Amino acid sequence: MGNLSYEDAKKAVFRGLILLGIVTIIEVAIALVGKGYIIPGFHLPWWLMYIAMIALSLYKAYFIIGEFMHMRYEVKGLAMSVLLPTGLLIWAIIAFMQEGDSWKDRREQINEWNLDGTQGMIDSDKIYYLDETNMG
Amino acid sequence: MANHSTIEEDVQYIDNTVDQGAWSGGERPFKASYGKLMMWYFLLSDAFTFAGFLIAYGALRFSSVTWPVPDAVFSTAPFNNLGLGIPLPLIFVTFMTFVLIFSSVTMVRAVQEGHRENKNGVVFWMFLTILGGAAFLGCQAWEWTNLIYTEGMTITKDPFGTHIDSGTYMTADELKGAGFVETKKDGATYYLPPNTSDLEENRFYTKKDHHGHDLTGTKFKPEDSFLVTYDHNTHHYETSAYKTEDGKIRKEQFGPKAFGALFFFITGFHGFHVLSGVVFLLIIMLNVMSGLYVERRNGYEMVEKIGLYWHFVDLVWVFVFLVFYLL
Repeated sequence: MGNLSYEDAKKAVFRGLILLGIVTIIEVAIALVGKGYIIPGFHLPWWLMYIAMIALSLYKAYFIIGEFMHMRYEVKGLAMSVLLPTGLLIWAIIAFMQEGDSWKDRREQINEWNLDGTQGMIDSDKIYYLDETNMG
Repeated sequence: MANHSTIEEDVQYIDNTVDQGAWSGGERPFKASYGKLMMWYFLLSDAFTFAGFLIAYGALRFSSVTWPVPDAVFSTAPFNNLGLGIPLPLIFVTFMTFVLIFSSVTMVRAVQEGHRENKNGVVFWMFLTILGGAAFLGCQAWEWTNLIYTEGMTITKDPFGTHIDSGTYMTADELKGAGFVETKKDGATYYLPPNTSDLEENRFYTKKDHHGHDLTGTKFKPEDSFLVTYDHNTHHYETSAYKTEDGKIRKEQFGPKAFGALFFFITGFHGFHVLSGVVFLLIIMLNVMSGLYVERRNGYEMVEKIGLYWHFVDLVWVFVFLVFYLL
């Protein structure tokens, strides 16, 4: 990689293999330990698990692009013309997650309106209950 | 302007004074060949396609009250019925991830040998890369087969039931005690609620897992994910009865319908990339063996280009793995 000698480059490749392997094992360990599979009764808070997993995955992506795909050793203009457009995805992720959350809120709101009958959106004989078999 | 008399001198003057910029042609401002540059831009567009898929997954997941828990869905592994026989959450898919990382590393070695114009080295490491890709596809074939034929998941059916309240699965005796009528039809036993004869809509079952083992009495929390019982012989799904903590008897729900379609389309689209990667690797390996790239004297640049594509497949898997299996 880069301008390393052949022997050093070979070593760097296998260091990369070990690194990616260890990061993957840590990710799975966080999932299994955090959800209580390994130590009974022990749970990690979900936000801590999510942040750790996302950060580790982004690190893996950074390493694969930078070292395996040689992006770190390319001309800066090439790297920027490929990497900068992906910044648009930050907007897309925030916008669509927020939109999905809003769908859920509205569906629940419409269900409530239908149930109390005051602001019914549809005919009473077509009411959709989330739980159709409520035996009370 | 300087004095000059001939057209040749004019051209010489312009060449020397005006067209000195990196963008005036004749050199490569990005120090990369056209082919390599276009591979990068193809990968950029492909990244947006995958991002679109994964963002759709995220939006639908956010829009759903509950969602299948990945370590309940992906807890099977080949030969497990011969060995431990216990759920192995995420173990098989971790193995698949390692297969892909290995094949990515062997690809880096193939590119390195290409830079040294070592033909046999390129062929050796490319061959290992192809084996890795084929192994990954084999693993995915098993995973899909298991999900479709053992668990009963399809693009329109998500048998991983989700709950919106806490409760306990009911035994047959508890159901009968609550006034339910035991009925047998087509070899299946089900329980009809009192005061109903609606066979299709109001069938209640006792809970069994997909191996037919009894799960009655199992407690669960809201948003827990369980497999709705699937009958291999009749291909029927059986949604089971459970009792909530405030004493209501309810029927288990199927999981969000989008889950199966998202899973098969996203992992399928990635698997299709792996498959085409294996085909292209095979073609380029045969070209290397034929000595085609020796004549080009460009350090086996074609191997470098397919290498970029192959690492991208690994890169996408990092995010598919994160979104589908970890979060």
